[in-house]
Amino acid sequence: MTTATAGREVTYLEAISQALDEEMTRDERVFLMGEDIGPYGGAFRITEGFQKKYGEWRVLDTPLSESGFVGAAIGAAMMGMRPVVEMQFADFISCAFDQITEVAAKNHYRWGAPVPMVIRAPFGGGVHGGPFHSECPEGWFFHSPGLKLVAPSTPYDAKGLLKAAIRDPNPVIYFEHKFLYRRIKAVLPDEDFIVPIGKADVKRAGVDVSVITYGAMVHLALEAAELLARDGIALEVVDLRTLIPLDKEAIYQSVRKTGKVITLHEDYKTGGIGAEVAALLAEECFDSLDGPIMRIAAPDTPVPFSTPLEEFFLPKVGDIVAAAKKLAAY
Amino acid sequence: MDVLETWKTVKRADLLQMYYYLRLTRTLEDRIIALYRQGRIVGGVYTSNGMEAISVGYASALERDDIIAPFHRDMGAFLVRGITPGEVVAQYLGKRTGPTKGKDGNVHMGDLKRGVIGFVSHLADNLPVATGVALAFRLRGESRVVVTNTGDGGTSRGDFHEAMNFAAVRKLPVVFFCNNNQYAYSTPLGLQMAVKDVVDRAKAYGMPGEIVEGNDLAAVYLAARRAIRKARAGEGPTFIECKTMRMHGHSEHDSAKYVPRELLEEWKKKEPILKAEQMLKQLGYADENTFREVGERVTKEVEAGVEFAEKSPLPEGPETLNGVFATDEEIKP
Repeated sequence: MTTATAGREVTYLEAISQALDEEMTRDERVFLMGEDIGPYGGAFRITEGFQKKYGEWRVLDTPLSESGFVGAAIGAAMMGMRPVVEMQFADFISCAFDQITEVAAKNHYRWGAPVPMVIRAPFGGGVHGGPFHSECPEGWFFHSPGLKLVAPSTPYDAKGLLKAAIRDPNPVIYFEHKFLYRRIKAVLPDEDFIVPIGKADVKRAGVDVSVITYGAMVHLALEAAELLARDGIALEVVDLRTLIPLDKEAIYQSVRKTGKVITLHEDYKTGGIGAEVAALLAEECFDSLDGPIMRIAAPDTPVPFSTPLEEFFLPKVGDIVAAAKKLAAY
Repeated sequence: MDVLETWKTVKRADLLQMYYYLRLTRTLEDRIIALYRQGRIVGGVYTSNGMEAISVGYASALERDDIIAPFHRDMGAFLVRGITPGEVVAQYLGKRTGPTKGKDGNVHMGDLKRGVIGFVSHLADNLPVATGVALAFRLRGESRVVVTNTGDGGTSRGDFHEAMNFAAVRKLPVVFFCNNNQYAYSTPLGLQMAVKDVVDRAKAYGMPGEIVEGNDLAAVYLAARRAIRKARAGEGPTFIECKTMRMHGHSEHDSAKYVPRELLEEWKKKEPILKAEQMLKQLGYADENTFREVGERVTKEVEAGVEFAEKSPLPEGPETLNGVFATDEEIKP
């Protein structure tokens, strides 16, 4: 059961939409909740036409109450449903923080009731959204046992990971990058497929320097790799895809080969996932390291609005090139 | 209708059954307090002393397939749903045979097989969860109902308002109880809200509400039954405020000196078990012999539970690492 696209390229956004559509057709327990997802089709039009197809109750417009509808998703999930809730912007997930970290994350550990639900969180900057429509809040949940976190970078991963998330028996936060929605396209297989949660993917193989990254930054790393290749530096781009559970083996494997590492993300530097990766490498791959672990990340400020400020804030291709050259010289 | 007339409308067998649960709840919680004072319970002890009629009453009005999402003054509801005194004591002692296998303590327990959603400390968190339970029933066209409960303090939290609003907008089959026991830890009602009665809050959501004498078992039971029937018929949620009084501290470590003694004296006269016994005698359904027999029965059950719990093993340290994530097998239809 797939959406026939007959070899046509689909965007990252369409891939998400297809995954939802196909899972709703495949499994009648799957239903959607969120703000303005019904007749309006969602702020980014991911669920356009869904309510017509699946009805008012399976594509449920909620009051403006993130905590309320995440809590409702938890209750429905415990009763055997498969809710997928949409945060209009990932930034608003802070309103539901308590339900996610205290109820959903701890439920199975405490008393054994699974909470199979997905929270879709459109995250990230580069879209002139300012402090409340650009945030990368994955770090908050990275530190909250009981949740799974995924962050796809391509249409294939976006579709496959969303399907895997919907079929997973745990609460999964699905970080979809707004900057990629309409910029990244690919032809997808016609048959049903998933991308397993917990598996990283080497998006470009190389022998000199590893970049450990995820989300929109994968594309920045790939651009940098092209530029560096001209200088004879072979960058390996490891796309984590899943943040929890982290594919530690894939990270170690890459670093044992290259001996040099850059962690790259759009989230803040302090206490970010790059810091955790660096600590893991210090513990597990110390003997393989031929240079300092370098972290490229956003500075510890709210995401600023004005174009020169946001450009300053976001990691750039040049940052990766400079770091890789420095490392290659070791 | 006066109190006696109200009690007459409930079946004798149901009243006697609920009376048994009142006594079981009180005896069990008193025994847990004794264990706490002996230093055998290491965490907090939160009881429903003097408020037992609320949880026994609403839980008794439900059908087997219904669900409860209780809070920490609802021991009676846990017991009515079939959680045993042995499991409760094991939970308090952190034993592997408790419903959370030692992962959590005291009243933080749940079991989906018996229709109990686990309670979390963050008051009112279970209310949005209950609306989701009701939403699942609505989506599948099942005629099941969920009852949830929180305290007067819990109704100040945003989750209370988000849940009430959502349930009312979608006419979900959920009944919201409020155990108004006048104090949220040390904070009296007047510092908790500016409305006179908690039920006034329901008006803001277009939800029908009523006030019930929370220490009157039959009154609570009948109010619950009416609201549950309505919810089951697709007529939407109801809010029920039960007026009562917290007769102990917030937890057993709390002497509650901030509660005026006269207030406690006044409420002592309205004690729910005493009241139930008066009514059962007046109706000719029971006498002192019955009460003594029930007392002996529940004492035996509680002692057997304590024995079971004490003999049960503690979990091993490394079990800490189990169960963070659910497995695919657990959600197979």
